[in-house]
Amino acid sequence: MAILITILQRIFYAVMLLIAVLVLNFSMLHLAPGDIADTIAQASGGADAEVMEQIRKDYGLDQPFIVQLGQYIGKVLSFDLGHSFFYNQPVTTLIFEKIPATLLLVVTAQIFALVVGILLGIFSARNPNGLLSHFVTFTALFGYAAPVFWTGILLLITFSLNIRLFPSGGMIDVTVEGGFFAHVWDLFRHMVLPVFTLSTIFLALYSRLCRASMMEVLGSDFIRTAKAKGLSENAIIYKHTLKNSLSPVVTLAGIQFSAVVSGAVLVEAVFSWPGLGSLALQSIIARDTPTILGILFFSALVVIVGNLITDMILRLIDPRVGSKG
Amino acid sequence: MSEQQDFVEIARSPFSEAFEMFRKNHAAMVGLGVLVLIAVSGVAGPYLYVGDPFEMVWAPTTPPGEDGYFLGTDYLGRDMVSMLIHGARVSITIGLSAALLTVFIGITVGSLAGFYKGWIEDVLMRITEFFQVLPTLLFSMVIVALFGASLPMITLAIGLVSWPAVARITRSEFLRIRELEYVTAARASGVSNLKLIFKVILPNALPPIIVQAALMVGSAILFEAGLSFLGLTDPNIISWGQIIGSNRPYILDASYTVTVPGVAIFVTVLAISLVGDGLNDALNPKLRQR
Repeated sequence: MAILITILQRIFYAVMLLIAVLVLNFSMLHLAPGDIADTIAQASGGADAEVMEQIRKDYGLDQPFIVQLGQYIGKVLSFDLGHSFFYNQPVTTLIFEKIPATLLLVVTAQIFALVVGILLGIFSARNPNGLLSHFVTFTALFGYAAPVFWTGILLLITFSLNIRLFPSGGMIDVTVEGGFFAHVWDLFRHMVLPVFTLSTIFLALYSRLCRASMMEVLGSDFIRTAKAKGLSENAIIYKHTLKNSLSPVVTLAGIQFSAVVSGAVLVEAVFSWPGLGSLALQSIIARDTPTILGILFFSALVVIVGNLITDMILRLIDPRVGSKG
Repeated sequence: MSEQQDFVEIARSPFSEAFEMFRKNHAAMVGLGVLVLIAVSGVAGPYLYVGDPFEMVWAPTTPPGEDGYFLGTDYLGRDMVSMLIHGARVSITIGLSAALLTVFIGITVGSLAGFYKGWIEDVLMRITEFFQVLPTLLFSMVIVALFGASLPMITLAIGLVSWPAVARITRSEFLRIRELEYVTAARASGVSNLKLIFKVILPNALPPIIVQAALMVGSAILFEAGLSFLGLTDPNIISWGQIIGSNRPYILDASYTVTVPGVAIFVTVLAISLVGDGLNDALNPKLRQR
């Protein structure tokens, strides 16, 4: 019961955050030079003062700020993010078309980074002065310092242009024929480079934290007890130590969600991945404000939901989190 | 007299002790050296290596070393060396000014939250969390798109999205230090709140903030590089990320136009993070055993 209340509290808080994002969105739109009337007038090749006034009236731009804000929030809560003048489509339609591609990229990269990072962390914690341990330190430095778009281009040059192992961009090849598995294989080939590129930033972070956390737990009393009981090393590592060292890694992964979405924008640009990031870039270049703000709202939603899920997972693997409140 | 000196260790200022410790850290010293080199080439470079980075000087995509162009020319036939030097200026300027802005906002929010606690802390930390929910790059893309892509606007955008980390560290340091005895003593002797924050607590909270600030310079440089790679930058200013972005379609003919500026970013940020690690060890001697 207590858990149910905390979950409800969390969800309420998430909704408040989302509304705050909307207020910010709308204020920025309001503060920015030019408004929708200007955009429409520009797109249709100019308009005189009278027509501009009519457009402003049609879109409710003559109302006071707070009324407009209320209308905006009301519209968004009924899943209406406005109309894109550049694509001539509702923004929600545009975003829903692109969101599966971005989610596929982001979620696969996070899972890959977590799994490989934790594995690297375990192995290097078992042998702190070994080769792998130094490798983890090195990749951590590289992952921090190398710009992700540059890593992506380097991989592209190496594994797509020089060694023609993977396609150089996009998500699917329309010329591929064959059954379901041929298409899955095609998608997989397109995913390898972008997913790996995106995960490099986080892989290093997770493996270093996992190693540090494992080594801390390995030094604690209950591990000594486990050793004294005569448990095998594998049982100690995987059953006792790992379980107790995972929560900082999962916490970090949760915090990283906003960074993952940001990284995805760059990775999508490098590999022309048809997701939200590419849409954001195109609409920024086209000055398509409703679409841009819609994407900002949606990616904040992705981050908030990601944080919520991390929170739940954390409660599952570490009962101490819930009891502390 | 001289015998006595062997026994007595002269007390030194914590600053010189930290400096001594930093100097012994080889990686950090190498990082510092590299940074000085990059800063010098950015500041003095344009006077030593004269040339307009926008000017077409030779045949496009001339490979490095050929026809007297040490790093070759880009897709418009512009001299890569000249472009890199001017790019260093932008990276250093943005890195430093954005980090300064980040630290300023972060310290203000964090110290107020940590010092006053109560509802002020609640409100400020909610605002901090709010800014952590916004995907940083996307948010700054929106700012730049709506309000124009000038260097001050890019700096502001980076500062606005990066301060929560500094605010969190400052707050936790303040929460810890405000309970210490010397703070209680200062408070009991009637020191004003403003003085308590800036003269008593802040100086003691600075070490981790300094380390974070150093790392902020690195992430600000990466950030600017990302924005300008996407083309969201002042088109009249050359920066490393922008060189990569604009040469991106020509990597088949001239991959060095993309790899070389990337190495510049990588080396700079790596050097900053080595210096940051060195500062961390020097300023928190207790952590050295880790």
